[in-house]
Amino acid sequence: MKIVEIEHLTIEYPDVKAIDDVSFTVNQGDFLGIIGPNGAGKSTLFASMLSLNTKYKGTIKFFGIDIRKSKNYLKEIGYVPQKPIFEKNFPATVNDVVRMGLHKESDENKIDEILQQLWIHELSERRIGELSGGQQQRVFIAKALVNNPKVLILDEPVTGIDQQSIDLFYSILKELNSKQNITIIWSSHDLDAVNQLANHVACLNRTLFFHGESDEFFNNDDLVKQYSEASMQEHMHHH
Amino acid sequence: MTFEIFTFSFMHRAIISGIAIAILCSVVGLFLVLRRYSLFGDAIAHSSFGGIALGLMAGIYPLWTAYGVSIVSALIMTRIKDRFNISGDASIAVLLSSGIAVGLVIIGLSGGFTIDIFSFLFGSILLVSVNDTILILFLTGIILIVILLLYRQLLYSTFNEEQAKVSGIPVEKINYLVVFMAGITVVTSIQLVGVLLISALFVIPNVTAIMYGRGFKQTALLSMCFSIFSVVSGILVSYVFDITPAGTIVLFAIGILACTLGIKSAGLLSRHN
Repeated sequence: MKIVEIEHLTIEYPDVKAIDDVSFTVNQGDFLGIIGPNGAGKSTLFASMLSLNTKYKGTIKFFGIDIRKSKNYLKEIGYVPQKPIFEKNFPATVNDVVRMGLHKESDENKIDEILQQLWIHELSERRIGELSGGQQQRVFIAKALVNNPKVLILDEPVTGIDQQSIDLFYSILKELNSKQNITIIWSSHDLDAVNQLANHVACLNRTLFFHGESDEFFNNDDLVKQYSEASMQEHMHHH
Repeated sequence: MTFEIFTFSFMHRAIISGIAIAILCSVVGLFLVLRRYSLFGDAIAHSSFGGIALGLMAGIYPLWTAYGVSIVSALIMTRIKDRFNISGDASIAVLLSSGIAVGLVIIGLSGGFTIDIFSFLFGSILLVSVNDTILILFLTGIILIVILLLYRQLLYSTFNEEQAKVSGIPVEKINYLVVFMAGITVVTSIQLVGVLLISALFVIPNVTAIMYGRGFKQTALLSMCFSIFSVVSGILVSYVFDITPAGTIVLFAIGILACTLGIKSAGLLSRHN
């Protein structure tokens, strides 16, 4: 079953094309790692997929329906942003934050269940601002998962998080995909992690220069080298 | 003398209205403070000054014109802010000064009506009528019901607009609703503390409560408690010592904040921050 179909997506800013004629499909159960250097358009792509940016050319379909026609698909999506921005002193407990994501107030047991699954049950009455980056990220995943979404979209979710939390985070993602059959669309800088976790890879640098099975990408030294060079150039450019 | 004041019906009305306004300002104010919109109440209050002057000149009950002018101007200002990407503090400054400017011009044109204007500038809680009290209770009830019904949407869009949008919450409509509720709350509260001190009730109890409260509901409840305590103590003390209720109420709220800051500085409140 096709979950996402992106056809000829082009996003232009006044002085630059952020995304240029990108097309790809995501099927149910895919674990898609979107890789690309800084400024490759990964966050721009996600903003359009989530209807946060509606100024684009081309078509984005979720579950076969054009997202310009209906926003109902958002109910089936869990989204974890790169670095959740909130007021440091915001008086909300972990429980409050996860509850915000809950569409039906009646589904109270689901919150406990999800907090236990993500090993943050004992933090439920702590203020969100008091937690470490890794703990906060798990809270935001819990919020994204509390409605049993069909698709999880994660935008470079481990930026600035310690290695132990990253390992735990990756094992959680793997379990969600393999045991609960949740389709995952995940952008990352970390090629090794993408190699270990994702079964599909999309390589984006304004245009899509590879989309296919993960093995196909990682077994092709030329492609990996090409990606690494592009990425390194971008890295040098930024420093 | 001290216990006699509890037998006066004007005092009953003042305390009942005061408690309702304290609850209303705490809850609506908490959303404004957390949205970094602390001075928005002040701006609406100043724009209501123009509405009050208009009502006095036209011979209409000034609070009705104040409701109309302040809600409409707050909504227009929010629209302009979003459309032309003006920062929040600049839009507050525009709203604040235009309300006063309109009010002053109207007062000038009509030859002045200083006595009436003073009661709106500094509040007149001891003068609230039965009808005023009923209106205050009614509006408080309506706004609290709306907040309870839309609690998740209001909280989520305050916490993080982008994520709220992705969850399918109509963030823009919710933002207008907050502005609309703030407009009603401010004008309703004018009778308690007046135009000039209104933002104190929106901001001070909430800033204090945020330092103690863990979750949102707990913080809102604490803020209500601090606010009710300040209002009731302020009304009673000001009556006994024959001083202005508005100033006394605000000084009580500031006193609680100062104590909290002292407790925090002494390291006795280190859980948060």
